[in-house]
Amino acid sequence: MLAVPGRHRSLTLLTFVLVAQVLLIAAQIRSDEHQVRLIRVWAVGTVTPFGRAGTWIVSKIRGTWSGYFALVHTERENQDLKEEMDRLRIRNTQLESEAAEGQRLATLLGFRDTHREAPMLPARVIESSADSSSRVIYINRGERDGIRRNMPVITADGVVGKIFEVFGGASEVLLITDKDSGVGALLAGTRVQGPIGGTGEPFVQMKYVSDDETVTVGQQVLTSGEDRIFPKDLPVGTVTEVKPGSPFKQIRVKPAAHLNSLEEVMVLLTMQESITSSKPASTASDAASGGASSTAAPVKRDR
Amino acid sequence: MAAYARTEQHIEVHKFHLWAVVSVAVAALLIQSFLPVYFPRARLLDLPLLITLYFGFSQRNPSSGLLMGMMIGLMQDSLGRSAIGLYGIVKTLVGYLASSFGSRIDVEHPLSRIGLTAAFYLFHQGVFNLIQRVLLGQHEVFFNSTLGIAAGVNALVAVLLFPLLDRLRLPS
Repeated sequence: MLAVPGRHRSLTLLTFVLVAQVLLIAAQIRSDEHQVRLIRVWAVGTVTPFGRAGTWIVSKIRGTWSGYFALVHTERENQDLKEEMDRLRIRNTQLESEAAEGQRLATLLGFRDTHREAPMLPARVIESSADSSSRVIYINRGERDGIRRNMPVITADGVVGKIFEVFGGASEVLLITDKDSGVGALLAGTRVQGPIGGTGEPFVQMKYVSDDETVTVGQQVLTSGEDRIFPKDLPVGTVTEVKPGSPFKQIRVKPAAHLNSLEEVMVLLTMQESITSSKPASTASDAASGGASSTAAPVKRDR
Repeated sequence: MAAYARTEQHIEVHKFHLWAVVSVAVAALLIQSFLPVYFPRARLLDLPLLITLYFGFSQRNPSSGLLMGMMIGLMQDSLGRSAIGLYGIVKTLVGYLASSFGSRIDVEHPLSRIGLTAAFYLFHQGVFNLIQRVLLGQHEVFFNSTLGIAAGVNALVAVLLFPLLDRLRLPS
């Protein structure tokens, strides 16, 4: 038998291991990526109990801190709060008039009524990805709770992402900032549509908006419903930077949801179907904004 | 992992209990998954890389270094969204090279640990992006300011972490 010199043994092993892994990646590209799902189910199943335990410990520590140690500062806080309350009373008067106007608009757009009827499931974020190149989180709700792939995940502030993988007691959420993420979106006011794509950075980009369109910094970006995943008119973010391009503008959007500090999220248990069907005011919303908008898209439950 | 001393080069090979190696690797992956939930800036850290580097530097055996890198990389792949094997390949290379460097130069001094960790971090990200580009057709930037900051952060954490891990060494 041919003897391999000692110093070449590690090089031979290195070559073998690298080739084996390249073939493994090639196999995943050629076939359905769900062939490796079993490995991920095992890995996530192994790790999530630790994530749950960690979340529980952190919440207990926080509870202890706020319930006991933070009382040391209560007297000072009390004084600050009294001053704050005086300021807020004045501010409240101003806001009441604005709120009344907002209430009327919300009713007109049917937005609030729409979301009241959409069943939601609160979930706690238990982990993020060990893979630093992707933007995913894991939540403590899974198949047993009725979670399915592609369900929208939101917070009160805006869109968070969608369910990407479902496990028994946990789910993987693809954040809108992930490079592979996409959301059908439009600019509030002008109703100009363009998909939102993740960049892997804390911001997202709005694509395919013609250079002829007028886009201003500070403009709100809402979901369009065209992606057949997210219901219409959920806040996606705010335009923070607009650069001319050829033929499309380069638009940077700051997500409305605080994606870097997510601890609790809501999963919309219905797909777009029930939300749009219970939304007679959607046409009113379009009419109110004065622009053409997308029509309700049919339900698509799988990617 | 035979323990021996290469006295002619004054380079010592360190041994560890298997349970210690496995525990540290698993703990690094768990912390890597959990920490960014509460401390988003922890995303800059790549603890599995630091563990691969540490054991590579310490054991100074290219074969065990590359196998350890492969195992840690594959576990990292399975806990993320990237194709399984992507981090595996990169960390295999890192484990191999770290072990090779460890047997040639002094990796005990804090300054050399800072320099090597930063260099290996950039190498790791460069190879990762290259593989993504070549095998998966995903175009990523090879260097930006975030990568530079992350390299520095990882290097500083390595200087603090490695002496703690030194305590797991078996007496020679």
